[in-house]
Amino acid sequence: MSDHQHESDYQSQVEELERESATAARLFDVRRIIGGLFVVYGVIVTIAGLTATEADLKKAQDININLWTGLGMLALGVFFLVWLKLRPTAVPTPPLPADPDGPGEDPAGEPGTSGRG
Amino acid sequence: MHYLAEGLRLPTNWLDYSILAIYFVVVLGIGFAARRSVKTSLDFFLSGRSLPAWITGLAFVAANLGATEILGMAANGAQYGMYTVHWYWVGAIPAMVFLGLVMMPFYYGSKVRSVPEFLLHRFGPSSHLLSAVIFAVSAVLIAGVNLYAMAIVLEALLGWPQWVAIVVAGLFVLAYITLGGLSSAIYNEVLQFFVILAALIPLTVVGLKRVGGWDGLTDSLTESKGGAFLSAWEGTGIGSANPLGANWLTIVLGLGFVMSFGYWTTNFAEVQRALSAKNASAAKRTPLIAAFPKILIPMVVVVPGLIALVMEPTLGRTEGGLQYNDAIPVLMRDLLPNGVLGVAVTGLLAAFMAGMAANVSSFNTVFTNDIWAAYLKKGRSDRHYLQVGRVITAVGVLIGMGTAFIAASFSNIMNYLQTLFSFFNVPLFAVFIIGMFWKRTTPAAGFWGLLTGTVAAMINYFWFYKGGVLDIPSDQGANFVSSIVAFVVGGVVMLVVTMVTKPKPAAALAGLVYGTTSPGMEELPAEGDDAWYRKPALLGWGAIVLAAVCYIPFSF
Repeated sequence: MSDHQHESDYQSQVEELERESATAARLFDVRRIIGGLFVVYGVIVTIAGLTATEADLKKAQDININLWTGLGMLALGVFFLVWLKLRPTAVPTPPLPADPDGPGEDPAGEPGTSGRG
Repeated sequence: MHYLAEGLRLPTNWLDYSILAIYFVVVLGIGFAARRSVKTSLDFFLSGRSLPAWITGLAFVAANLGATEILGMAANGAQYGMYTVHWYWVGAIPAMVFLGLVMMPFYYGSKVRSVPEFLLHRFGPSSHLLSAVIFAVSAVLIAGVNLYAMAIVLEALLGWPQWVAIVVAGLFVLAYITLGGLSSAIYNEVLQFFVILAALIPLTVVGLKRVGGWDGLTDSLTESKGGAFLSAWEGTGIGSANPLGANWLTIVLGLGFVMSFGYWTTNFAEVQRALSAKNASAAKRTPLIAAFPKILIPMVVVVPGLIALVMEPTLGRTEGGLQYNDAIPVLMRDLLPNGVLGVAVTGLLAAFMAGMAANVSSFNTVFTNDIWAAYLKKGRSDRHYLQVGRVITAVGVLIGMGTAFIAASFSNIMNYLQTLFSFFNVPLFAVFIIGMFWKRTTPAAGFWGLLTGTVAAMINYFWFYKGGVLDIPSDQGANFVSSIVAFVVGGVVMLVVTMVTKPKPAAALAGLVYGTTSPGMEELPAEGDDAWYRKPALLGWGAIVLAAVCYIPFSF
């Protein structure tokens, strides 16, 4: 039946594309970007907090909001970088034809580059 | 579309602009760095089905956390009070859990690349083409409306001319999606999620201090607005009046069931994030992981709306004065010093761009897979479709920018268009749910259910409600009722048409209908997926219970 034929057609096509896909092997880890950006933002905003003027403090209801936000962002950035360090990206090794059980894992691998410009 | 009042200009300085500039550089950097991972069309449209659940989950919630949503829900908070939490706890969580636990195995397991493609295999070409075309057109127009909304906000806050905002944001979105495809879009959404929280949390903290803490906030609102304003259910009995213009039945059935299930389970801009997950378990967990932040977001969105109302009691009261939509910008102006202010402006801009990018990245997928490859140019090489995907991304963004300029002169028409398209999701949900659970549902039933349900909702809204035949107190209330009408009419038509037409042979439905699996699709769980915190059932029911618990303080 032609309908049924069509079904398995598109599914094998997607499986083929999944095998050829390069995302898993080549896409950089987003934790690096989040960590990097939040460390940079954290430092900038913390410095703004350390140098806060009277007017800044008064505006934010006597909370040094730059300092607290900056430290919070710094902590989040460090968290992502530490997480990345402790549990690095698992890189799928190219599946061998004789190994249909799928990709193994290589915890030492480190794909991609940082996207920060 | 609301115009922001004069006098909202933020006191930004070089520090704030540096923070904004760094963000733009990172956004482009993500696009360039993601480019080398795009080898096949599957990489471009679905990130090669390879992303981990926490990334797709955060992207899932961020795709919905656009700036129009943030400003709009804060506005609802200031206008309707605590009723606004219904949009989260009853109007989102059950649908997200249902998507993850019940529908995702069919979506992901059948290996479809889009929501319309599921209709193609389950029902056939007529319902497929109808839904693909409507989705593509609405996604581009909504992207344009989003751009326009951003332009008016930036004009008020930063003094940028509208065309500058439209062109700059449009070109950045165009660049990073054309380069890196869905991976770029998803990575930027994850980043945006954290930046917007880094903006909203300090805003809420400082705001609460200003109005005397939570007790100060509730005391002054109870005094000025009455106790019901801070209750989720008071005054929602059938026949009693409340500002929302809806009773508990239309809230639960209209908003909680048909509208939210229609949006969360069939809107491809959302479902696409889950389809890019690396395995079936990660796909199921995507909306479930998203549910937890979604439960807590009212704390930093609705609460600022309430704070703004205390600080500016005239909010929304006067023509030409501050409007409800200005709630969050007012707090930014009055409470945030330079530095955090820059983070807040960046978060708002990032949320606008991510909202637009979600529409663009789902539009290019549906256009290429479901219109171009299915009906216009069949059987070409994968390279060809990847190329088409990139070109149509650019075309989609340019049309969106054009739409934004048109919206500037016809903003009422755009509102109507959005209402029109909102009527499409509900019958789509009816078609999905009946088609997934009733094997006999025929291809003809799918098409006619979709068409009649949509038309019924339009007749109810434009003729019965706008024409004054039915007496519904507000637009919101009318939307809820229209959705219920669309669901019932679509469902009944499907039942009737199924009875008189021929079903698909059972063999053609493997993996598409409840109780079947595609041949060879039984997937072994990946290593580590049996950890207790990764159990979909636990995550899903946990989210439901947490949402129910959140209602308790606002129900008595």
